[in-house]
Amino acid sequence: MVKDVAVIGAGMTIFRRRLKETGKEMCFEATKMALDSAGMTLKDVDTVVMGSAPDAFDGIHMKGENLLDGAGGYHKPYMRVFTGGGTGVFAPIAGWWHVASGMSDVCLVVCEEKMSSCYPHPQSAFAHIWDPIIDRPLKPNLMWIFAMEMNRYMHAHNVSKEDIALVAVKNKKNALDHPCAQLGANITVDDVLNSEVIAWPVNLLDVSPPSDGAAAMLLVSEDVVSNHTDNPVWIEGVGWSIDSTMWTNRDLSFPQYVAKAAKMAYKMARIDNPRRQIDVVEPYDPFDYKELHHLEGLLLCDKGEAPVLTREGVTQRDGDLPCCPSGGLLGVGNPIAATMAVKTCEIYWQLSGQAGKRQVPGDPRTGVCQAWGDLMQYGSVMVMRS
Amino acid sequence: MTENIKKFYGEELSRKQISDGKITIVEHSPKVKYAWSCGEAMSRFLNELKEGKLIGRKCNKCNRILFPPRMFCEQCFKATNEWVYIKDTGRIMTYSISYVDTHARRIKKPILVGVIAMDGASKNMGIMHYFDEVKSDKIKIDMRVKAVWKRKEEREGAITDIKYFKPLGE
Repeated sequence: MVKDVAVIGAGMTIFRRRLKETGKEMCFEATKMALDSAGMTLKDVDTVVMGSAPDAFDGIHMKGENLLDGAGGYHKPYMRVFTGGGTGVFAPIAGWWHVASGMSDVCLVVCEEKMSSCYPHPQSAFAHIWDPIIDRPLKPNLMWIFAMEMNRYMHAHNVSKEDIALVAVKNKKNALDHPCAQLGANITVDDVLNSEVIAWPVNLLDVSPPSDGAAAMLLVSEDVVSNHTDNPVWIEGVGWSIDSTMWTNRDLSFPQYVAKAAKMAYKMARIDNPRRQIDVVEPYDPFDYKELHHLEGLLLCDKGEAPVLTREGVTQRDGDLPCCPSGGLLGVGNPIAATMAVKTCEIYWQLSGQAGKRQVPGDPRTGVCQAWGDLMQYGSVMVMRS
Repeated sequence: MTENIKKFYGEELSRKQISDGKITIVEHSPKVKYAWSCGEAMSRFLNELKEGKLIGRKCNKCNRILFPPRMFCEQCFKATNEWVYIKDTGRIMTYSISYVDTHARRIKKPILVGVIAMDGASKNMGIMHYFDEVKSDKIKIDMRVKAVWKRKEEREGAITDIKYFKPLGE
């Protein structure tokens, strides 16, 4: 029988382009914060899941082993999971199955990324994720695939760059209320459109920054939850799905794999009308168009409708469907796996009423977070309820 | 963050602090080399490129002509059945005008790059490649394009045996 799983605490470091702390030290600070917030110590933890993205950023292969002491893994069942940018929601899914299976009562999930170690720019590490035979001889930049996907999305639904820029404006503004944010700012659509063109149609302010950071959260089983809190948030649905590696063989305008992951999570959470039943959402927003792309993938609106919702203010923090109230990757920062803090942890903080200045109004009870990664092919989705 | 948390950890460093030697760092540049065996499908594909030809593989169950070729169909999950030559013309599915190189260094002359769905392969079966002989304000999705090949003696069995794709000008 599957056990019900609750989130009872979370923590994070600040997100910055470069932090002085090592990966281990960042993990320690985030983990300590999660434990303190739940009134627990490492002794209470049965199992530990570590999430971290490509080893090439840290320059340390077997990064999971390198980080384990900081993540509280000493002398415990410990494993690392990695689904590229999808890790920030997939690592807590892996934590969920540790508890749902009945294997452990308390699972600690820690995510870390230290992109600044790859110097002077982590793009040089991204160059190694491409297929060596057919893609790499063309000397690609990872920015290209986003630019190509954004262009295809704009073409399919006749979406303007102005409408897409509204997402960057919203998320960077939301991030002003986040105490850990790297790039919170009041900017305008014109600021986005006039910022440096990196790879058209992508301008500098369409993109989230490389960041250092760590995040942690504590998952417990229904059997022990009352020992620790009277304000749990329950994980009610999980889903994940991946598309073919042959990314040049599919129409990039719609993320089928996100829709598959969402359907899997919604079925488990008994959600049959996501637009009405979900109160707050944290879609993955490494680029502004990705929030729109993912809202459609999450079946929260029709294909091509997300820009309209954005223009009408529906996705503002006080709108009918608040999207990225944290400030997202665009505003808070993008330490790849550690974006768990602004996706999964944020939905926990929102649903438990702890989000402070970022709190969406109206006592939200059902939230969804989603992450996306690998070579434009991976989606992970979690539904939570309070 | 919970509202109750007053202090968030982390100390920010600037790039200048590193270049000025103001902080303690250690450095290492890994030097490793790889040689990838290209396998059955891609070895044939690359050798055909030397001849100025593009080749795909057909799956007799879903009847798709897969390009780039592979020895198995990932959807039917069975071995593919036959080699099929496809054309060196196609249609632009999407593109970008890039002002950054592979190391995120800024470049003056932009790279035009995109995905081309090839004629003779199944729907949406494309490859990534460059475009040229087209101005960046004239390139369009759905534009018909044709491969521009290196001269035969310059070809080496690589995707770069095609220099770029240019508008067909139909």
